Amino acid sequence: MKNLQQTLIWLTIAIIGASAIGGIAIQRGESINALWFVTAALCVYAIAFRFYAAWIAATVLAVDETRATPAERLDNGHDFTPTNKWIVFGHHFAAIAGPGPLVGPTLAAQFGYLPGTLWILFGSVLGGCVQDMVTLFVSTRRDAKSLGQMARDELGALGGTAALLATFTIMIILIAVLGLVVVNAMKHSPWGTFTVSATIPIAIIIGFYMRHFRPGQVLEASAIGVALLLLSVAAGGWIDHHPVMRTWFDHEGLTLAWWIMAYGFAAAILPVWMLLAPRDYLSTYMKLGTITLLAVAIIVLQPTVKMPAVTQFIDGTGPIFGGKLFPFVFITIACGAISGFHSLVASGTTPKLLSNERDIRTIGYGGMLLESFVAMMAMIAATVLDPGVFFAINSPAGVVGKEAIEAVAKISSWGFPVSVEQMQILAKEMGETTLFARTGGAPSLAVGMASIFGSAFGQGMLAVWYHFAIMFEAIFILTTLDAGTRVGRFMLQDMLGNIWPKMGETSWAPSALITSALVVSGWGYFLYIGVIDPNGGVNILWPLFGIANQMLAAIALCVSTAILVKSDKLKFAWVTGLPLAWLIIITSTATWQKLTSEDIRIGFFAAANDMADKLASGSLPPEKAATAPQLIFNLHLDAYISIAFVSLLWLIVFDMLRVCSRYLTGKAVPPLTESPHIPSRLVEEWVRD
Amino acid sequence: MLKHLKVFWRGVRQLSGDDAYERYLRHYARHHADAENPPLSKAEFFKQWQDGQWQGVKRCC
Repeated sequence: MKNLQQTLIWLTIAIIGASAIGGIAIQRGESINALWFVTAALCVYAIAFRFYAAWIAATVLAVDETRATPAERLDNGHDFTPTNKWIVFGHHFAAIAGPGPLVGPTLAAQFGYLPGTLWILFGSVLGGCVQDMVTLFVSTRRDAKSLGQMARDELGALGGTAALLATFTIMIILIAVLGLVVVNAMKHSPWGTFTVSATIPIAIIIGFYMRHFRPGQVLEASAIGVALLLLSVAAGGWIDHHPVMRTWFDHEGLTLAWWIMAYGFAAAILPVWMLLAPRDYLSTYMKLGTITLLAVAIIVLQPTVKMPAVTQFIDGTGPIFGGKLFPFVFITIACGAISGFHSLVASGTTPKLLSNERDIRTIGYGGMLLESFVAMMAMIAATVLDPGVFFAINSPAGVVGKEAIEAVAKISSWGFPVSVEQMQILAKEMGETTLFARTGGAPSLAVGMASIFGSAFGQGMLAVWYHFAIMFEAIFILTTLDAGTRVGRFMLQDMLGNIWPKMGETSWAPSALITSALVVSGWGYFLYIGVIDPNGGVNILWPLFGIANQMLAAIALCVSTAILVKSDKLKFAWVTGLPLAWLIIITSTATWQKLTSEDIRIGFFAAANDMADKLASGSLPPEKAATAPQLIFNLHLDAYISIAFVSLLWLIVFDMLRVCSRYLTGKAVPPLTESPHIPSRLVEEWVRD
Repeated sequence: MLKHLKVFWRGVRQLSGDDAYERYLRHYARHHADAENPPLSKAEFFKQWQDGQWQGVKRCC
């Protein structure tokens, strides 16, 4: 009887989910209610979690709840500590959810809402969640080893080195593109710039409070910090209206880029307690709070999605980034569907807290489901805007023209009507001078969020909500930026330490200074080029980041697949093998098009040649001619980086296939490095209540 | 209701690390109660705990 009831419930969920997806997919009218998206997502997630994830955990991985986890065996009260399942879930989610799932869907909305939505749903349940969960499992079985270490142990030195190199380069590209998003959000926005800059002294005050004034009073300090942050959003409005003070915070993109580089360098060498740790607290509260608020607002308000299901830009002519629907929608939305970066958190950090293997499904698979839901909300926030407004905010001046009249004419000619007055009124409401060509995704997301919050909590505060949203995005972009620079510094010190051991001492000042400067100049270079690029930089950097991130995912899936095969589970190898094959296809196709396309908005070489021709024939205006040689050099550099990425990927894939085929034909392979089975002695009640 | 709030508050404290010192003292009492050295002071413990938090990849995109 109970079984029948269960079956009926799940059947109902399946039918509702299928109808919601069908509704989204065949809708061709004027607009569609956002609640359809939420319903479709929740049903897909519920079914995937209940059936697919449960099957993977029980049959493919065979999690063993009687087996002691590293947290139990190596419990030291510090980093290895058996922790309540939901606390680990919280830590894991806070670590994996960054700005990526907010920016990617916003950019991909140029194809219409449908392609991105479907990829966010199915990419996550079949790919991203599986990657996170399987990586968490294999690392838990290996004393919480990192992905790089596991690649070295299970595949060999080649796989290990490739994983290390890939991680490092991704970090550089990621930080550059995130820096660009912040710069574009602050450019000529005194309010935004003030609020974002204010987060730095606030973090330092909180750092001192927690460390020296009231040591360890984390919540107390954070509450003060959050209050100060909210105050800084309001104060920004006042600064913006002050005729003199507003000029102090009104800057060109390039000036802001230099400041961000200086900030990144400072954050990498200052002690963590002073800037990094307190800022991270504040950004985590802001992140969790705002995401919850957004979810509630969307569910209560049920805003209307105005973007068409599919736009004409699937042919590759999109203004935000060039490239056809396939493969570029899959590259643009990396975080939110499948993100290789998560495998770094799922190996190394999270397994040290896991008290029981049976929690792996909730934390690994469930954590990524929640991130996918965040991406879904970003997609909704982008598509509730009038399409004309969306394209006016996100199209770079290089595509639609510098003048407002030019831009609205061009965008309206695509069939997305928008007027100069409409944009002026909107900019005024949001407390900005202009919203044209504010590329990078953050401003349009902020406008979307402000209009959702505005209709939920009062229209009068639109400008405050807009800058709150900008502050919310900027604060955790900067957290990723400084945490990333620091991790990059440690990785570089580690690599250089192999050549000159003294460099490997992380606290040796010259080594810290040199490696931090190297890491900052690495991403600083791409940030600089991104800022001076008339096409907005996002067009080049974001796809490069997507390719890099998914390449890392492919490496993680290679390690997992090899481990499955070596554990005599060949018949289940498709669980990780299929998403892996898909990633290989999309990253290789995207790279191929980036290299060979004749379209100057897609092909690196085509763009470089085009610019070189124009420069030679003297048809470039003087200010463009001045930066042209740098841009040409950069296009070549980007091309070689993509070649390096894809070669690295294929190298690891072949290495994995080599190890698997040697194993299957009975030849010697690196042995499985699973730690021995020790029965768990943890008393249920105290650790898992 | 009050019980749920209490559980929630305990979760928030644990998630943020607000109760890290209390947990450390419990761990100390269980595992090192007979040791020669007394447990660390709250300020000293917090220093070590905070510095230890930032080893490895803790935040991503």
